[in-house]
Amino acid sequence: MRDQSATILDVANLRTVFNTRDGQVFAVNDVSFYLRPGELLGIVGESGSGKSVTMMSLLKLLPMPPAEIQGGSIEFDGRDIRNVPDDELRKIRGGDIGFIFQDPMTSLNPVFTVGFQIIEPLRVHMGLNKKQARKRAAELLELVGIPDASARLKDYPHQFSGGMRQRVMIAIALACDPKVLIADEPTTALDVTIQAQILELIKDLRQKLGMAIIWITHDLGVIAEIADRVAVMYAGQIVEHAEVKELFANPQHPYTRALLETLPKMGEARGTRLASIDGQPPNLDHLPVSCEFAPRCKHAFDRCRAENPQRRDVSPAHDVACFWDYSSGGPTDA
Amino acid sequence: MLNYTLRRLMFTIPTLLLISFIIFLILDLAPNDPTGNLPLTIPPEVREKIRQSLGLDAPMYIRYLLWSQQFFINEPLNLLNQWFGWCIGDCEGRLRVSSWATRSPVVDLIAERMPQTLWVVGMSYVVGILIAVPIGVISAYKQYSWFDQIGTFIAMIGFSVPTFFTGVLLIVIFSVWVPNDSFFWLPSIYDTTLEVVDWDSFMLQVRQMIMPVMVLGLFNAAQISRFMRASMLDNLSQDYVRTARAKGLKEKTVLLVHVLRNSMIPVVTVIALGIPQIFGGAIITEQIFKVNGLGQLLIIGIQGADIPLVQTLTFLFAVLIVLFNLIADVLYGLLDPRIRYE
Repeated sequence: MRDQSATILDVANLRTVFNTRDGQVFAVNDVSFYLRPGELLGIVGESGSGKSVTMMSLLKLLPMPPAEIQGGSIEFDGRDIRNVPDDELRKIRGGDIGFIFQDPMTSLNPVFTVGFQIIEPLRVHMGLNKKQARKRAAELLELVGIPDASARLKDYPHQFSGGMRQRVMIAIALACDPKVLIADEPTTALDVTIQAQILELIKDLRQKLGMAIIWITHDLGVIAEIADRVAVMYAGQIVEHAEVKELFANPQHPYTRALLETLPKMGEARGTRLASIDGQPPNLDHLPVSCEFAPRCKHAFDRCRAENPQRRDVSPAHDVACFWDYSSGGPTDA
Repeated sequence: MLNYTLRRLMFTIPTLLLISFIIFLILDLAPNDPTGNLPLTIPPEVREKIRQSLGLDAPMYIRYLLWSQQFFINEPLNLLNQWFGWCIGDCEGRLRVSSWATRSPVVDLIAERMPQTLWVVGMSYVVGILIAVPIGVISAYKQYSWFDQIGTFIAMIGFSVPTFFTGVLLIVIFSVWVPNDSFFWLPSIYDTTLEVVDWDSFMLQVRQMIMPVMVLGLFNAAQISRFMRASMLDNLSQDYVRTARAKGLKEKTVLLVHVLRNSMIPVVTVIALGIPQIFGGAIITEQIFKVNGLGQLLIIGIQGADIPLVQTLTFLFAVLIVLFNLIADVLYGLLDPRIRYE
């Protein structure tokens, strides 16, 4: 299932829980995935499926409490970072792993100049002096395609448009040459043309800098365009994982299939109703004891309601957490 | 920004003129007789003469215009004369706004009282801010911790218990129960004649300031710390805080640079808007501790039906309020780059 030799990030059985007043919310349940240097892993799923929480758990960026990482191991670059001391973790945040967030309108501090905000990690992690950091900050802005970069360092975030602010966020995330870039729905808040520009930029930067990227999105179209591998999340679990071509050509989980069916098709007659998945995403107030997708699944049978399916390999580098076997058109052997 | 400030300053002139007129009207409507406190043996004709000598027989608008002339023209000219020795017009015989009770110019009375008020009430404001800001920051950062709970409790008490109660309570404890020769004994009367010349007199000054300053300071701190806490909480949950953490900054930097800077914007405004209260709002505390400051002057003026004194003091408070409103707006623009007054 995994190639241990050449991974930069290896997460196994991660479990994150929110302790709320109304009880526990099991946001991430036994999530395992890996990332190889230079590759782009896409994570897809609906809102609330635990995509962002998984990634923020890696660097403990969730407010704790209420969040609590209850189990699992996170191996980054050969060492376990789940239990490293805080100052060690801070070196990884922003240094080895860069983070881009969803909403560029609120992710930058409104009262500091863009230059100040790019320079901060440079001084903390790379130990540059003011002058060097300024120079590098200007280079970074240029790299992410902001014209007249050195003059714009003095500008405040509100003087930038949404797409430009996301470019600034990318510049901050890339400031210290990270080995891994985690992009949490970086194009969701942007309109489609800007989205395309940002996708191009990331593709371009990936070629230039060669870092590994985890791209969180709910947009399968984006995934098809840029990802190498895809993990599909549902109810805090990874339900299917495959190379991107394999996933689109041969989806094995009913949820993945349903997702793909919801995509509007080119050349479809106008007026056709868009496909949707019936039912609601499940409540996460309990640990999964059965298949969480069963109530919405057209193949669900008794076993699905009694047991939570574990991920099983269907082919090398393709696994699925489902008891239904599409190749035989019936349940898998128990 | 400069343009905006100048324009706002221009607008304050008609505002203040209107306010001065309204104050004059209200005081004129009040059933006040400056001769009311005089002995009953004075015959009515003499009373009438006294009233005439005070100009009370003239119609209201004439009296208002006379006061305006004295306050807006004569007093500033007099100040120029006193400060720089410039003499414009009739420097000796110029009529000034005079107190009916003491016969001395009101502005001189205010100048006499100002230092005490600034020292005691101003210091209490500074103490209040110095207590409130750290408490607000920690309470918000450790929301619902025991520190926050205790802070909230004390702030509620500090805010809801009036200063005339806490003031008297402190006097009972530190001036009555604590023996006279104890180190913890504090004087209950503020001695204005005390001159600070050496260490001992300085310590005396400090001792007599402790109680009034603490009573007012705690009241201010209760208020400001709640603002500070709320503002910090608003900002702590913002996305940019997560960004700052994701950059690998120290928690201290995240809190004291990123969050605090944003949280201070509304709090600075609240603090600036509260400054006029330093001049006028501590009337009760000044009365309790016998601090002969502006608040006490106002009370004496009201009790003695000393209309020119009350009119002038009230108007000065109005000027301060209008002025600090403007200052708060300008500060807001300076602190928040998103706000530019063009």
